[in-house]
Amino acid sequence: MYKAYETSFRSQSLSLSERFWGISFSYVLLICILAAIGIIMLYSAANGNWQPWAMRQAIRFGMGMAVMLVMAFMDVRIFLRYAYVFYFGVLLLLIIVEIGGHVGMGAQRWINLGFIKLQPSELMKIALVLALARYFNSTTLQSIETTKGILVPIVLVIVPVALVLIQPDLGTALMLLFSASAIFFAVGVQLWKFGVLILCGIVSMPVAWHFLHEYQQNRVLTFLDPERDPLGAGYHIIQSKIALGSGGVFGKGFLNGTQSHLNFLPEKHTDFIFTMLSEEFGMIGAVFVILINFLIIAYSFVFALRSASYFGKLVAIGLATNYFLYVMINIAMVLGLLPVVGIPLPLISYGGTVIISVMTGFGIILAVNTNRNINIGKD
Amino acid sequence: MNRDNDKGKILIIRSLILGGAELFLLFLLVFRLYYLQVYQADKYKTLADENRISTRLLVPPRGIIYDRHQNMLAGNEQNFQALMVAEQTTDVDETLKSFKKIMPLSKDEEKRIKKDLKRNRSFVPIKIKDNLSWEEAAKILLNAPDLPGVIIDEGLSRYYPYGDIFAHVIGYVSAVDESDVKDDPLLEVPGFKIGKSGIERLYDKTLRGQAGNQKLEVNAVGRIMKEIERVDGVPGEKIDLSLDVRLQQKAYELLGEESGAVVMMNVNTGEILAFASAPAFDPNMFANGLSHDEWKELNNNERNPLLNKAVAGLYSPGSTFKMVVGLAALESGTLSKQSRAFCAGKMSLGNHTFHCWKDIGHGYLDMVEALQHSCDIFFYEAAQKLGINKIAAMAKRFGLGKKTNVGIENEKSGLIPDTDWKMQRFGEPWQQGESVISGIGQGYILTTPIQLAVMVSRIANGGYEVNPTFRKADNHHANENKSMGLAPQNIEIVKQGMYDVVNTPGGTALMARFNFNGQKMAGKTGTTQVRRISMKERQSGVLRQDEIPWKYRNHALFVGYAPHDNPKYGVAVLVEHGGSGSSVAAPIGGKMLLEALKLDATDKPID
Repeated sequence: MYKAYETSFRSQSLSLSERFWGISFSYVLLICILAAIGIIMLYSAANGNWQPWAMRQAIRFGMGMAVMLVMAFMDVRIFLRYAYVFYFGVLLLLIIVEIGGHVGMGAQRWINLGFIKLQPSELMKIALVLALARYFNSTTLQSIETTKGILVPIVLVIVPVALVLIQPDLGTALMLLFSASAIFFAVGVQLWKFGVLILCGIVSMPVAWHFLHEYQQNRVLTFLDPERDPLGAGYHIIQSKIALGSGGVFGKGFLNGTQSHLNFLPEKHTDFIFTMLSEEFGMIGAVFVILINFLIIAYSFVFALRSASYFGKLVAIGLATNYFLYVMINIAMVLGLLPVVGIPLPLISYGGTVIISVMTGFGIILAVNTNRNINIGKD
Repeated sequence: MNRDNDKGKILIIRSLILGGAELFLLFLLVFRLYYLQVYQADKYKTLADENRISTRLLVPPRGIIYDRHQNMLAGNEQNFQALMVAEQTTDVDETLKSFKKIMPLSKDEEKRIKKDLKRNRSFVPIKIKDNLSWEEAAKILLNAPDLPGVIIDEGLSRYYPYGDIFAHVIGYVSAVDESDVKDDPLLEVPGFKIGKSGIERLYDKTLRGQAGNQKLEVNAVGRIMKEIERVDGVPGEKIDLSLDVRLQQKAYELLGEESGAVVMMNVNTGEILAFASAPAFDPNMFANGLSHDEWKELNNNERNPLLNKAVAGLYSPGSTFKMVVGLAALESGTLSKQSRAFCAGKMSLGNHTFHCWKDIGHGYLDMVEALQHSCDIFFYEAAQKLGINKIAAMAKRFGLGKKTNVGIENEKSGLIPDTDWKMQRFGEPWQQGESVISGIGQGYILTTPIQLAVMVSRIANGGYEVNPTFRKADNHHANENKSMGLAPQNIEIVKQGMYDVVNTPGGTALMARFNFNGQKMAGKTGTTQVRRISMKERQSGVLRQDEIPWKYRNHALFVGYAPHDNPKYGVAVLVEHGGSGSSVAAPIGGKMLLEALKLDATDKPID
């Protein structure tokens, strides 16, 4: 089954130098700019200290950089080959975390590797994209357009989503669901099927509501009306809007954000770091960050479209969408447009796993771009 | 193969749509940013400032109260308290232990400290002990190395240097409670005290001053980061009272252990020079917070130290009312200077017999003699002829039966009855016998000592409507009191009678007379029964006052003025259950007037 790849793999392999010069340096630069902004904001979050966050973030970004480059140097066919292996490996980890979480104290979402706390759900975001891309690469349009033909990928999606949901991590589960939906959309699943799915979703909402934890219900209710609990659950979003709004066009200046530095703004180094940035650098800083992210996503789609292989295209689109979901959900959340779901702003929020996860994704996207002229068979 | 091409095409088209949608959504965030950071920026800037800026009121020092010669009657005393900031000490218990070695703490105090420590964040200063003197504070500071986290905070507390003798005039300050109108943000300041009684209450707004404020930057948990702005308040204004410390002291000295009241005023200006109600209490106790036991003791005292007898004590004026009856008779033409009556010791009206205080009677006498001897029969007959309404009208012109509104709380209006009043109150017509006893200030008539002081002052100044005040008069203004419209010769008759009471043998206050550089006083005694003397007692001989229980003894009264020929000072004295006006109240009145004259002579002319 893999024989066919072996031959083409050898004949079309790129040299190391080709691979190096194939890396899009402007793309890497955009990523570095974003990470630099993140480190600067973490320095501010600690009231002008490298400890405890900025320095560690810089180190993790360095590690992420290394991971990204390793990925960028890969032959894209390796991702195809190991897509399922990776997927099932991560699924196994998810199950282990689930069992371990129940045995241990409370709901644990990570495995401690010593230097990093590994969240399998983060890895699943990449694994799911690779697995779906591999599946759809090998199938036909006829098959995609039948319900039977998308049954297997639906199962591929539902199992990890369900596992993440019971952790419980609603945000990540939704992200998995959304990025999977984007892939289903991209490969040509008829729109009416999405319509049916959304309809089912709406119908099952009251039922799902009962399965939500109380704190999750509160988050949704608070999102709908932050004033219902201004000192409790609504506090975050109210304080976030105050911080943002009071920043104005030019901001209060670096290290001068009153809402952030006087601790009115919660989680300023993680989920609400964009708020802090907007308070200190104003609308100008906020728009700049959005612009960089806009360019990263635009580049990713350009890379996808330039790729000659169906698999490469789909992987790049899936990973780009995954990154987009992070950025969109986080910013919309702190702007009060979405409920507070606990999604960080990658590269800027403090957090190791997310850096490694998105940098891996960027590395794969870069590899797709480098290997854009390599044809990959349908099988 | 064709379908494979389609598969690729669909992917390209769909990913263009997907990418376009994602980028468009990101772009939309900019609009939200614009809405929050430009359109609503002002609103959120205000909210952010409300978050970070905490405004604290700075309490201004309370105005000082002085007597007429700039003696401080109420002031502010520096007062220290020891506070502890838990986060600045490594071991709270150890620090408290060291503190106890320097200054003992009661079990209750310790319990409260522990509770406060638990309830507050570690940077909030907790009170360990307050009301510390400078010496105590210094002792704590000296031991600072053993007391990490202990700080000394200074504040001002109200202080009354003369203690109880001004309690019923100056009053006291106390903590704000629910019933107080919260018209000033200062009232919301924890620990703020407002005037609850007397001058402190009357001029509270003047004394209070205006709050300053301090804008502090605080973080989300309330820790103070820095001071942003400070506006100092306006200290309370000082108040100069008409009172004279020396006369006030004299009044209390003369009242001694008795229960009673002394009010002395300037008969021309109405300035109150002495205002005593005995026994009194220490207002410093109120300012510092009263314990339950202290409160109970004050409340249960038979002599009622909390009652301001000068304005809120109601007493029959007794014989001190006779001037009013006399003037009513003279003014109405019912009697003249020459009108005489025969006193046989008693008179009959219907079934009732009315007695003179002198069993054997006074014989024939005119009004001057009747006043001098305080003959009851003369005034019984006068009242009988006048009728109550004429007496009541005259009494009211002298300020009886209504509040003086001098500004002390709980003032009583007293009672001057007339026929309408009786009908309204009891639904029964007025009886002639009731007029008769009203003639000697008994019956329904009730007055307060300050009303009696006003009454005697209006007689003394020749019939001018002087009103009492605690504010020192502005002496550049001439006496602007309205004339009451009484015939001067009639007032002279009454004043002659009052002069004879003190200075002519046979007068009831002869023992109290003095002659200070030719200045003498005039006055009128009064003795009122607090219960009826039964026929049986009258027959078996009236018991001596010191043989019956204190609370059944007669009230002793005296009103007087001096100097008699150019009156300046008027005084009213009441001694509850003191015995007789002649022997108890008149000497006090005399000594007060003499003291006033003496002080007048030694004082450098201030006026």
